[in-house]
Amino acid sequence: MADSGVTDGAEKKEDITRVKNEGKELSKEEKQRLRKEKKSQKKNKEKKDEQDALASEREKNCAPSTLSQPAAHKAETAASPPVQAAVSEPPAPAAAAPPADKPAKSKAELKAERRARQEAERASKPGKKGDPGPQSTAGKPKAPPSELQPVVKRLPEHVQVDNPEVLKKLAKKLERQQTPGRGAALKIPLRSDYGYKVSLFSHLHQYSRKAPLTQQLSIPSTVIHPVIVRLGLQYSQGIVAGSNARSVALLHAFKQVIRDYVTPPNEELSRDMVNKLKPYISFLNQCRPLSASMGNAIKYIKKEISNIPSQCKEEEAKTKLQDCIDRYIREKIVLAARAISKYAIEKISDGDVILVYGCSSLVNHILCEASEKRRKFRVIVVDSRPRLEGREALRRLVKHGISCTYVLISALSYVLPEVSKVFLGAHALLANGYVMSRVGTSQIALVAKAFNVPVLVCCETYKFCERVQTDSFVSNELDDPDDLMVTRKGKTQLEGWQQVSQLGLLNLVYDVTPPDFVDLVITDLGMIPCTSVPVVLRVKNVDQ
Amino acid sequence: MELQAVLMAAGGGSRMMDLTYNTPKPMLPVGNKPLMWYPLNLLERVGFEEVIVITTKEVQKMMSTDPKMKLEVKMKLDVVCIPEDTDMGTADALRHIQQKIKTDILVMSCDLITDAALHEVVDLFRAHNATLAMMMSKAHEFTETVPGQKGKKKTAEQRDFVGVDESGKRLLFMANEADLEEGLSIRKSIMRKHPRMHIKTGLVDAHLYCLKKSVVDFLAENKSISSIRGELVPYLVRKQFSKAANSQTTKDEADEQSQKQKDGNVNLDLHILSRDEPLLQLAQDYSCWNDHRGDMSDAYHGGTLRCYVHIMEQGLCYRVNTLAAYIEANRLAPKLFEEPAVHPSAVVSERCLIGSDSIIGAGGQIAEKTSIKRSTIGNSVTVKEKVKVTNSIVMHGVTIEEGCNIQGSVICSNAVIGHGADLKYCLVGNGQRIEPEAERTNEVIVGSDQLMEI
Repeated sequence: MADSGVTDGAEKKEDITRVKNEGKELSKEEKQRLRKEKKSQKKNKEKKDEQDALASEREKNCAPSTLSQPAAHKAETAASPPVQAAVSEPPAPAAAAPPADKPAKSKAELKAERRARQEAERASKPGKKGDPGPQSTAGKPKAPPSELQPVVKRLPEHVQVDNPEVLKKLAKKLERQQTPGRGAALKIPLRSDYGYKVSLFSHLHQYSRKAPLTQQLSIPSTVIHPVIVRLGLQYSQGIVAGSNARSVALLHAFKQVIRDYVTPPNEELSRDMVNKLKPYISFLNQCRPLSASMGNAIKYIKKEISNIPSQCKEEEAKTKLQDCIDRYIREKIVLAARAISKYAIEKISDGDVILVYGCSSLVNHILCEASEKRRKFRVIVVDSRPRLEGREALRRLVKHGISCTYVLISALSYVLPEVSKVFLGAHALLANGYVMSRVGTSQIALVAKAFNVPVLVCCETYKFCERVQTDSFVSNELDDPDDLMVTRKGKTQLEGWQQVSQLGLLNLVYDVTPPDFVDLVITDLGMIPCTSVPVVLRVKNVDQ
Repeated sequence: MELQAVLMAAGGGSRMMDLTYNTPKPMLPVGNKPLMWYPLNLLERVGFEEVIVITTKEVQKMMSTDPKMKLEVKMKLDVVCIPEDTDMGTADALRHIQQKIKTDILVMSCDLITDAALHEVVDLFRAHNATLAMMMSKAHEFTETVPGQKGKKKTAEQRDFVGVDESGKRLLFMANEADLEEGLSIRKSIMRKHPRMHIKTGLVDAHLYCLKKSVVDFLAENKSISSIRGELVPYLVRKQFSKAANSQTTKDEADEQSQKQKDGNVNLDLHILSRDEPLLQLAQDYSCWNDHRGDMSDAYHGGTLRCYVHIMEQGLCYRVNTLAAYIEANRLAPKLFEEPAVHPSAVVSERCLIGSDSIIGAGGQIAEKTSIKRSTIGNSVTVKEKVKVTNSIVMHGVTIEEGCNIQGSVICSNAVIGHGADLKYCLVGNGQRIEPEAERTNEVIVGSDQLMEI
């Protein structure tokens, strides 16, 4: 059954290889033809799966989805196999059930189906990873879904907000991430965008804080663990903000989830728990886009879960996982902070004037430790609207007895002549040496370079990310535009900004700083130049 | 499970005895649905699947026979009966069901009719890890004339003073005028932490509380608190700023205090302090967020007990506990739902005039030449010819003979109005008979047995 499709494709493959060997580049029509054939192949395979499956409703559901695929003429084949492969997954467990009903089916046929399905899944895996950041597309240029098509790097789905096809797919993916065995009405809702988006950033999501995701969920949340709902709310309202805080809160929530987890019968903990975590991660992503540190933490947990041996008892596995999480936090965050402080304090000498920007938990920690070690220095805290996080940094430093000055970023060039060094925190360090941090950091680094003031970036290694980015447009986060409105003397000038058609409010959260402006990166592995980040990543991967 | 819903339906309706001496308050018809159907419907719409209903045996019997309750309420109702004669307060009732409570609870009163978005209250409760989250609404003036009210409007009821912080969410102060003898005094510790406080008086408490499980455990140990609204809530609000809750006591100190057993306050601290885990504390330390600014203290001033309030600016929110509120609710409740004004099973003849604001219940029989405006007609009501009903509430099983003129009145169930009667702003009690050609204005007509009860 599936064999005919395979032979069909085999012939076409020979055609293409012939063309390729002739040295000609595939023309556009041939590429489109290829895509259509691949699609019809997959459709045939699926149709055969569905004929075996129980529910006729599945056929009705799959048919419109497969029909809508050809409609997407700029065929994102990277995205379509995941849909089709994922759609073939629900028939898979259903197909597991019918053998009880239809004893007429032979074992060989079932085996062939399963093999075909596995191949489809394997082929679609590289394109499927949208969840833990767009690292897959950047980091694996040699594994496109079809080996014969020329490689076109595409943006991951979560940053293609202006493409309605991708949005439809995302909605379906969220729908599919239901807890199995519960009512059909339970699904992860899709959060809708708010307000007019500046055209350069229209590919990103922009949510309003006044429309939380919880208004679409049932109140005693049964689909999503209540700890995760609370965490999502705290993220979207900004109560837990800052890369380290978000990661620690996420790991704490996962500890609770693991504690309350019960393995359903006939399932393996190592596989089922990862499936349970997926809708939670989508939910958190909808509340606020995941940070690079959170992505790394999630990867670590998923690896740990899948490494649990199958003969391990449930209680033992759960305690093991919770210990892993505790160890991760202790080693990568707490002890790393201590190591970084030790290195950084060597760089602080008496009489220094240190400039910091915004509120970085790591930089605050360093300065507090330095003041405890009786170093004499003073700090200039630079702040910027609309977040005004510097006020919190100011409070913490002054509470420790450090003498501080507070300026807004517009006064930067006026204070820089008296600054001896600049300490910056980072949200993530990218593989090409760029530093992703709060918006405004690149300005600070630029002006400091102009004044010949050394810029030191402090960052733990767990925030190192395999992404590559050279500008702040491609991947960023848009915060609530209403935050830019300010009321002075009872008047809010921007109150009716939505009615003015030519006006768009942009509230960016992150920006990237090129490595030329950064003199030193202080990590728990030591003090490295910015360009050594890929080496650290390579070493980390080898270790794991 | 995240939240358990508890519905308090054992109240007596002490402020509208004329209506409730025969029908218990939870089953009073509002818009032809029993009063307790509204909060149950709200819970069902929001997604609850189970509700614990605390009520009396009488109400439970009526609930099981009422068609609306049986058909339309799809949730599982766990009815807990409490004996009728004991004077059990709401907090006593919670203590009674302490064994059933496994998680945080959402307590509602049966007389709440609202279209509020419950997620606003629950989000406050979740996001800030609050001990108490409640809902209040701006009070509306009741414009309808209340039958039986002689003279001017009642003197101002005892006002509630509610103090909130700048953001309007954190509850800092709550007291009733009755408890303040000399004047409103605010502790210096509150002013130091929240220098800007807004004190509001025109608010109606919706009696919707989200409480942590530790509060229920605390109630079980402290038998002196009997009412949630009157005693527990002011206690929790005061406790936010007491010294014991704020000092970062270590576990050893807390043990010492428990050994001394100074007063019930200590137990509450133990329950709450043991909750905050070290990882959560670590996340809060790393987070660059603070709920206030201007002083040197950490987020929430380091306090673990927090009370929040959500004040509804727009929308319906009624507590049906007085006659005026009952009449107003009858007027507005039908607008909450998209239901046909005239029940399909009612027999309405062609030549009668039924205004768009009126609703007719099931099995009603409306004869010709009648005019029904801005009124609520209950189930199985017989209205004969040439009757004019305006601005009135007619409950189930009433018979109105021909030629009557009823204006601004409330006719309770199974009453019979004789022909030609003219009632203006009257309240006719249960099962009463009004003699034909009677003319009553602004009277409360109840049975002699009720008159003896004072």
